[in-house]
Amino acid sequence: MAIRERLSGNEAISYAIKQVNPDVMPAFPITPSTEIPQYVANYIANGEMDTDFIPVESEHSSMSATVGASAAGARALTATSSCGLALMWEELYVAASNRLPLALCLVNRALSGPININCDHSDSMGARDTGFIQIYAENNQEAYDNFIQAYRISEHKDVRLPIMICQDGFITSHAVENIELLEDDKVKNFVGEYNPENYLLNAKQPMSVGPYAVSNYYMETKMAQNTAMQNAKQVILEVGKEFGEMSGRNYGFFEEYRLEDADYAFVIIGSAAGTSKDAVDKLREQGMKVGLLKLRVFRPFPDIEIAKALSNCKAVAIMDRCEGFRSKGGPLGAEVKAALYDYAKDVTAFNLIYGLGGRDFTVESAEEIFKELAAYVEEGKAFEEYRYVGLRGESYSIARTSKGVTSDVNADRA
Amino acid sequence: MKNTVEIRWHGRGGQGAKSAALMLADAAFMTGKHVQGFPEYGPERMGAPITAYNRISEDPIRVHSNIYDPDYVVVVDETLLESVDVTAGLNPEGAIVINTTKSVDEVKPFLKDYKGSVYTLDAREISEKCLGRYFPNSPMLAAIAAISKVMTKEDFFREMEGSYRHKFAKKPEVVEGNLAALRMAYEEVE
Amino acid sequence: MAATDISKITEKSNWQDLTVGNQIYAAGTSKAFNTGEWRTQTPVFHSEKCKQCLLCVPVCPDSSIPVKDCKREDFDYDHCKGCGICAKVCPFEAISMKEGQ
Repeated sequence: MAIRERLSGNEAISYAIKQVNPDVMPAFPITPSTEIPQYVANYIANGEMDTDFIPVESEHSSMSATVGASAAGARALTATSSCGLALMWEELYVAASNRLPLALCLVNRALSGPININCDHSDSMGARDTGFIQIYAENNQEAYDNFIQAYRISEHKDVRLPIMICQDGFITSHAVENIELLEDDKVKNFVGEYNPENYLLNAKQPMSVGPYAVSNYYMETKMAQNTAMQNAKQVILEVGKEFGEMSGRNYGFFEEYRLEDADYAFVIIGSAAGTSKDAVDKLREQGMKVGLLKLRVFRPFPDIEIAKALSNCKAVAIMDRCEGFRSKGGPLGAEVKAALYDYAKDVTAFNLIYGLGGRDFTVESAEEIFKELAAYVEEGKAFEEYRYVGLRGESYSIARTSKGVTSDVNADRA
Repeated sequence: MKNTVEIRWHGRGGQGAKSAALMLADAAFMTGKHVQGFPEYGPERMGAPITAYNRISEDPIRVHSNIYDPDYVVVVDETLLESVDVTAGLNPEGAIVINTTKSVDEVKPFLKDYKGSVYTLDAREISEKCLGRYFPNSPMLAAIAAISKVMTKEDFFREMEGSYRHKFAKKPEVVEGNLAALRMAYEEVE
Repeated sequence: MAATDISKITEKSNWQDLTVGNQIYAAGTSKAFNTGEWRTQTPVFHSEKCKQCLLCVPVCPDSSIPVKDCKREDFDYDHCKGCGICAKVCPFEAISMKEGQ
């Protein structure tokens, strides 16, 4: 029987860490992820787990120590947010290219500046090309469930890549909500023991980690790494299915919410997906065929699968909680549009920016955007792409109708 | 029509409005409800105005935005009445409860013609009487539980007693004081 | 896992034949790499002038001066890169440098 509880997202992740009981956790505090090492340290002090906690002097060090622990043969993890992730930058690549399984609990927060402690996805999106697997959560339940699946994916012999388990800062990390927890023994059985084939502390088989690779080796090494990332797709699906059999909660690359017959859809990541589901239900009651695709796995990027899921939509709004400064939208927009270009050219897709620096995203905002998608298709109205949702004052945007771009910044310049 | 009750808390950093919202969520959770309790963080400074929220529902809660049209509002510090639009979006079928020594008629001018029920409570007096110190959040928690009826009186006191005994396991002497503060406040607004 | 046979991994290897993360499951594999081949100048040991002071041994960047029973032996030419530091530090002109391998 599942355990009915109420926990914040940070409490939920920490509880999952306690149940998994990894070997080593180096960490340095930063809002809003600080509570995770705090709760874990409490569990350790109370004798409820025996992870070695290493207080370090920076995030550069926390990821370095996590990398070192993993190379030594330990099951390791750390937690951070925002600027802390930025300070880990070079180690993120080191972890991934050296094929070290480890977990990073990321609590998404805007990157400075202006300095801001609230949620957006600019931290993890900036790290999207580091070679980490990235999995996002809508709420505390998913954050908990994703962490329990993390090591099964990261340590799989066909994968061996570090994994980032992301949740929205404050919105889920500090919100107490209902959650169903799994029993300790179920979690332990599911995750299993970590028995790496090779590790630095194995005196019987000395080894080297991280040798220099001259140009003649570098691209071959990257292809091997890329193949591991592609392999992760199958593993993520298998682990998600097995987790579903145990818990009743199934996980794939994304959740399709009332998408099957939808004319208009969102592609969205994280907590705002829940808010948007309420908008979907309201509009469905009014007879509008709307739905959404909540992306869970951003790396590896399930491009064909996304394109297929959206292929029957007439118009799609891709919602980025991150600015890309490419004068056309954010990273999710770029990647989903590329997928549609390759596999579902007939689907019209717009990219919008919302929720930067914790700006609230409401059911009403979501409804508004769905209605604008419908007006674009059914009434030929222009859709203002790449605007900021909820901005005061007119947004820089590009107005498109089915006849093409009616105005954009380049036209204005000319 | 709604089966979700939405509550907005206005307080100042350090007064325990966030903790009170979490305790209310806790107690409602224990009675079988789906709950949300969350703060809205600005700069984390003692004394700065802060907002916290509760959603309490029979159904799972998916929405993750702040609350703009609450059913109930709790004002933990009356000095906020001048600087914060505490009745913004407040349901006229709902209520507002304010920690103040003033009467309902005296606070009404600050409430922008709010048509719903207005309650006042001197949480300082109750807190100082029962706890010997000023912790406004326990009396205000009892007041909103009594006004919103998100759970029965019996459920509320049972869950709060359990929660205090757990929370103050190392300081059992404060449990009785807190429970007395809850009772006094509950009965005053009831 | 079997030890990595680094002689099988070369700059001609396909990516599938590299180890995971280029990890090397073996110790002292640099011995198999003949850096002596890089040499353009070569130290020559004149044992008759050597007082066995061993000043040359710790300064050698490539550990190419073997020591046995507290006495240095002739150079390990498989790994000596011919940097000449040993010849510089020798107080007794027991090491001279010659052009070429």
